[in-house]
Amino acid sequence: MSAHAMSMHAPRSHAASAASADPYNLKPGEHSTGTTIMAIPFDGGVVMGADSRTSTGTYIAVRVADKITQVHDRIWICRSGSAADTQALTDYLRHYLGQLSVETGRAPTVKTAAHLMRRMIYENKDNLMAGVIVGGWDAVDGGSVYNIPLGGSLVKMPFAIGGSGSTYVYGLVDHKFKEGMSKDEAKALVEKTVAHAMARDGSSGGIIRTVVITEDGCDKQFIPGDQLPFGP
Amino acid sequence: MSAPISLAPGGSSSRISARAGLEAATERTRQPIVTGTSVLGIKYKDGVMLAADTLCSYGSMAKYKDARRLTKINDATLLGAGGEYSDFQAITDLLKRNALEDKCTADSLYEEDVNEECAREVWNYLRAVMYNRRNKMNPLWNDLVVAGFSQPAGVGDASADEDKPFLGLVDKIGTTYEDSVIATGFGSYLAIPILREKHREDLEEGEARALLEDCMRVLFYRDCRALNRIQIAKVTKADGVLISEPYEIETSWDSASFVEPKGQLEGDGGW
Repeated sequence: MSAHAMSMHAPRSHAASAASADPYNLKPGEHSTGTTIMAIPFDGGVVMGADSRTSTGTYIAVRVADKITQVHDRIWICRSGSAADTQALTDYLRHYLGQLSVETGRAPTVKTAAHLMRRMIYENKDNLMAGVIVGGWDAVDGGSVYNIPLGGSLVKMPFAIGGSGSTYVYGLVDHKFKEGMSKDEAKALVEKTVAHAMARDGSSGGIIRTVVITEDGCDKQFIPGDQLPFGP
Repeated sequence: MSAPISLAPGGSSSRISARAGLEAATERTRQPIVTGTSVLGIKYKDGVMLAADTLCSYGSMAKYKDARRLTKINDATLLGAGGEYSDFQAITDLLKRNALEDKCTADSLYEEDVNEECAREVWNYLRAVMYNRRNKMNPLWNDLVVAGFSQPAGVGDASADEDKPFLGLVDKIGTTYEDSVIATGFGSYLAIPILREKHREDLEEGEARALLEDCMRVLFYRDCRALNRIQIAKVTKADGVLISEPYEIETSWDSASFVEPKGQLEGDGGW
């Protein structure tokens, strides 16, 4: 098994301290979701948030993309990295979870979904460029969030941020996050954090989409680009 | 006209050694670090108008959100630049130094008697500067837009009619052209088609500004390195050079297809 070098060096090696213009080594013509994604669990569910910019190089191919994808009734995925890879992965996951729920007669847990996603990314790590956040609600654990970065590690987290824009907001989230937030506090923090990341990351922008997942349902909302809590 | 000012690497510092001489011979073109994106320009009824946003990016990071990329060179000339910000600052310094030297060495200290460089002269001079650097494989990494008023290009006609509006581009390898609509960077792909469609020589100031704002809005929608905070600058006979304070342009995000989320179970899985 080859050692997987997780280096993310841009083709140009200068400006090593600058956020590189092309952080994901994309094949020519490939779209990237250079992105900001985030998820915070609260008591009774999860809030997931993302920006809406899909870029090819410096061109914004889609300015209102939807990067939060549903894979089951109460399980959603935030996608970052190559749009093609993450779309394919979520399609597979949706298929597997659908089968599983029929076979077992009950909704799959978020943990199962996360582990399945992790298997797919890990076993194919050489061919994929996908960083995802799996979040949702289930009857066993309530709201939970799992971060799966590029190589296919699986980390259950009290909150998760990802994508190229996340580097700009680690400080903000470290400062503002506390355990046991309510749904409204969590949603406000997600919106504020994503807005701050969009203000500084050239590869993130547009609108902020959020999904609030609880036992009772999934509530999708968005904040238009001219009403952001901060920036652009 | 220009003093022997050195824009070479290291300038006039004396840390030249034999080794550096060797390296200089094989020195490769640098890459830009802090960069500005598009600059747009159009001729209109009263003169020429330029637009640029106030963002300088550090790679993909939106680092400096109040960078000024349009500057006044003299009462007849405006300069805008995309590309490496430090090179733009060096060019501005160079031009200002030249202007000062002209003023100090002129025959008369009275303003009326001094013949300032017109826009076309500045454009031509910059062509020489950029081409010279390109030949040394060490370019100033900018696309420059020169706007202003110029004496007509015809030679030896002392009674030539009054100054005409001028708008021209100089790129990093010394290519030059002039036109009624000019754009650099992403603007050349996204804004030029709009400008060519909508431009007329007799645009009023308000119309010209609205046209430029529309183009800047499209650029903000579609260029990763653009910002919605812009400056507009104009050169007119009556008022000389005026550069506005930065202001935000409005954007629209409420189309039905935007609002509708695509990531649901029944949907296509998002994009």
